[in-house]
Amino acid sequence: MVDSVNWDWTTGEKLVSDINEWKASYNWVEEPYASPDGEKVAAIVNTDEAEFNVCENGKAWEIEAPFEKAWCLRFSPDGRLTVIASMDSAWTVVADGEPWEESYDFVWDMRFSEDGKTIAAAAQQEGEYMMVKDGVPWENSFGFITCMALSPGGENTAATVQTVPLGQAEVFKFQKGCYTAAVNGDAWDKNFVNVWNMSFSPDGSKLAAEVRLNLYDYTIVVDGQPWEQTFGCVWEPIFHPEKGTVVSPVRTAEGWTIAEDGNIIWDSRFAQVWHQKISPDGNKLAAIVATEFGRWTVAVDGKAWGVTFGDMVTDAVFSPDSSRVACIGTENQIYKIVVDGKVWNSEFDMIWKPVFSPDSKDVIVKIEKDGKRTFALNNKIWNRMCDEVWDPVFSPDGSKILCRTVEDGKYYRRIVPVSEF
Amino acid sequence: MDDFNSLYNFVSGPLVWVAFIVFICGSIYRIYRLFSLVNKKEKFIYTIMSFKYSLRSIIHWIIPFASLNWRKHPVMTVTTFLFHIGLVIMPLFLGAHVILFNDAWGISWWTLPDGLADTVTLIVITCCVVFLLRRLVLREVKYVTTPSDFVLLAIAAAPFITGFFADQQYCNYRFWLILHILSGEIVLVAIPFTRLSHMLYAVFTRAYIGSEFGNIRHARDW
Amino acid sequence: MVLPVIKVEDKIIDDGLDKGMEKLTQDRIENVIDQVMSGETGARLKAYVETCVHCGLCSDACHAYLSRDRDPKFSPAGKVKRTMSVILKKGGKVTPAFIRDASEIASTECNACKRCAMYCPFGIDPAYIMLVVRRICHLCGVTPLYIQDTAHSHAVTQNQMWVKEDEWIDTLQWQEEDAREEMPNLRIPLDKEGADFMYSVIGPEPKFLAGLIYQAAYIFNVAGLNWTMPSFPGWDNSDMAMYTGDNEIMGRNKRFHFEAAQRLKVKRIVMGECGHAFRSVYDMGNRWLSWAMPPVPMVHAIEFYYELLTTGKIKVKEKYKKSVTLHDPCNVVRGRGLHEKARYVINELCEDFREMHPNREHNYCCNAGGGVINCGPPFKNKRVANNRVKAKQCADTGAEILITPCHNCHSGMEDIVLGYKLDMHVKFISDIMYEVMEKPEIG
Repeated sequence: MVDSVNWDWTTGEKLVSDINEWKASYNWVEEPYASPDGEKVAAIVNTDEAEFNVCENGKAWEIEAPFEKAWCLRFSPDGRLTVIASMDSAWTVVADGEPWEESYDFVWDMRFSEDGKTIAAAAQQEGEYMMVKDGVPWENSFGFITCMALSPGGENTAATVQTVPLGQAEVFKFQKGCYTAAVNGDAWDKNFVNVWNMSFSPDGSKLAAEVRLNLYDYTIVVDGQPWEQTFGCVWEPIFHPEKGTVVSPVRTAEGWTIAEDGNIIWDSRFAQVWHQKISPDGNKLAAIVATEFGRWTVAVDGKAWGVTFGDMVTDAVFSPDSSRVACIGTENQIYKIVVDGKVWNSEFDMIWKPVFSPDSKDVIVKIEKDGKRTFALNNKIWNRMCDEVWDPVFSPDGSKILCRTVEDGKYYRRIVPVSEF
Repeated sequence: MDDFNSLYNFVSGPLVWVAFIVFICGSIYRIYRLFSLVNKKEKFIYTIMSFKYSLRSIIHWIIPFASLNWRKHPVMTVTTFLFHIGLVIMPLFLGAHVILFNDAWGISWWTLPDGLADTVTLIVITCCVVFLLRRLVLREVKYVTTPSDFVLLAIAAAPFITGFFADQQYCNYRFWLILHILSGEIVLVAIPFTRLSHMLYAVFTRAYIGSEFGNIRHARDW
Repeated sequence: MVLPVIKVEDKIIDDGLDKGMEKLTQDRIENVIDQVMSGETGARLKAYVETCVHCGLCSDACHAYLSRDRDPKFSPAGKVKRTMSVILKKGGKVTPAFIRDASEIASTECNACKRCAMYCPFGIDPAYIMLVVRRICHLCGVTPLYIQDTAHSHAVTQNQMWVKEDEWIDTLQWQEEDAREEMPNLRIPLDKEGADFMYSVIGPEPKFLAGLIYQAAYIFNVAGLNWTMPSFPGWDNSDMAMYTGDNEIMGRNKRFHFEAAQRLKVKRIVMGECGHAFRSVYDMGNRWLSWAMPPVPMVHAIEFYYELLTTGKIKVKEKYKKSVTLHDPCNVVRGRGLHEKARYVINELCEDFREMHPNREHNYCCNAGGGVINCGPPFKNKRVANNRVKAKQCADTGAEILITPCHNCHSGMEDIVLGYKLDMHVKFISDIMYEVMEKPEIG
């Protein structure tokens, strides 16, 4: 996690940069991104035909030669501005203007550790695939890679890899198992028909994944070892932060439920269960569920909320004190916020993931209504309607909110007391 | 004579009760089972069902020539509509049947004039002959026909044939009458337990596909 | 016009079917059928098989029946008789050879086009029954080779064509670069969170038909739309697992697809001109996951072009001159009622539109859909022969251009055009829209 204590929590309003002005200097300016602390705003810009650069607070990076192509501009959690860029027909990751030493035929799926100190990406070189962490590629490469993962602390990388080559339409060979997971380039001993959705333990030492053992039996594998039990289907596993066990949604003959290390731990059965989350204190388990066909909600420890939605429920999140859960519910394409089973009465055209205050009392979300974006705090909409905003951030004491906004093309950093909302 | 009498009393007494009880209870059971299956395994059907589109579909198919396929098969369309109309009105509105109701429970209603009743009977029998010929002659029907189809056709035709003979006092009236009653009872018993159950299910299958087409597919189904 | 006769092999060899059959045991068949009958099917199958009176009225609905000299074994009820009826009659005690044949019938002689559901007086849906047969065959491990390979591709890559993740992004960037020759500031915005819509395509587009992505990007850029495409799996809306009976992979892929849209916070998904993919995201895959309707609204290209034209975002410079006809794709016409919008779009774009008959909901299927074309070369002759009626229907229009707003239809109709030596070319709507639209001046 990134420590926001040292950020500027006093300056009420700061016009960081007028993005309109950038547009005069470049052929085009792509969508802007704001840094986590709000001090910087950046975008990929086109400087000439097939020439690109990154513009940060109005200033282009000083690079030896412009990029031939650039995409996936993101700020790391610790505020480094990174982009995937191509130079001399080779791709690499560039952070704060500094490219990795090695470059590749292609680079994609850039991801950061929670503290932002580690950057990883997938890479392809001469038809061989690997992951690269902070510029260092795996020693082993593979013919195919997918489902990349980086441990939360940045220690390890993993991905689904193909270890047995497959010719065209070799279906029976496929069914014997040609795929497995590789951690830091070392493949597990055992092959599977399919491997999906890796998840590292919090310390990065263990890896769990969904697998298909044949065309019909699904289970969870931890460090290459499948659970004894198989299921009609499974979804993404997660590690219990305290117990070290692996928890996953599984499909039984009676319906979907939750299993821990292969044993079913919820009595209830649902039409669907996924996106399970363990509370920060490790005592509760919440998941997005369909209580019956077409009705969606959140269940905490197997008990579903009374309120359900017809379209979908997404972005469920626990409060820091583990006592509350917030999510987004959609019915007839109207987006609403639900906190602890109670629905806010405001209706939106889009809602981003809810954010709890450090003391768990307040909930704020980025929302869109009538083409404008702003925030809603505890069911109250901010009076400032913007072209764009980024996820709100509470100050460590929870009394203020960092609001990063674009208004009339100008990027502002605002610190707004909770009481002013 | 006594044998005939007791046989007649039996088929027109206890057997009628048995037939109706089996018919009603069997029908209720079949519909109950259908819905319990929906509840158990296909609950999504409820999210598709629509009264408006069910009705829209049913209307287009219970009116002769209101659907494209009815128009493409005029002989079959006329035959099947006449047959089914006959099948419904004869048991309910034949004078002799209403008299039986009147004798038993003292209730009566409008009845078909005798001449018309004879005509309807002959029409239904003719329809059955057309059905039979389709099964024997038309390649696409012959191919999907199973022996049970002939049995079902015989079951459906029997009350009309026997009733007609009885009515015409052909040979032995009482013999035909007993056969007639028996064959009617067989129809009742057969409805819930054979493919004659389309009498119970058709409204639901039609309503479902009508809803699926109208509600989800936004398309016509006729 | 006299159409040439297409000869069909007496016995088609397919490794997926033949080797699958060899591995199959009697026990497995019975277990599978018991699992499907007691665990997976319910009121619909029961009502259908117990209601059908074998009247044969569904026959005229089927293009295969009509094309094969009205051979009753190709009628919808005929195909049910050869598959499900036997399974039910024998209580699941059928042989591996039977399963092999049932798989061939259900996968290559029926497109699940649902035209027959419109012809049955009871509204029985033989297509559903055929899909249950396919499910049984999948669980028995007896499926045609090429479509099974495609289902494997879906399982591994979440796309239909084994397109690797870098190849996907690279293709988009390559199309973007090419299109900039024509429109210098054109973009294909990747992973643009909060865009109005996510554009989704099927695997064959990046693999073989990248020009379609170019055209779509060009149209969207000219219209000034706020759109995006995901750089990560979930971009492909297609679904052959749905057609092999691998419902679990179907559901998994649809989850990837809709969660890509959820992650990008788009309000809707616009998809290219594909029919079966529409069925998968609008009707089948979403339902397997318990989403009664698509959780993020799904708009087919026809509907989207209609919007672009009616709102004036795309204007026509000069209408297309050649005579055109329209093949109504089953999955978006009988599946979504887009026939009138398709006609509006075509009439806006083209001068000389000629209907084929029958049309709209009553169109004949292309005989490629439902996964049939994906069963590959072994079944090609049969596929073309089984749709002579479509060739006749097209030829009768006398049109030069055959518009098919669906990928499988497009490929299938090309085979029909070639096989029956029709003097027509097959095009997507976007081909014509791109050609006739008002384009901004370069520079």
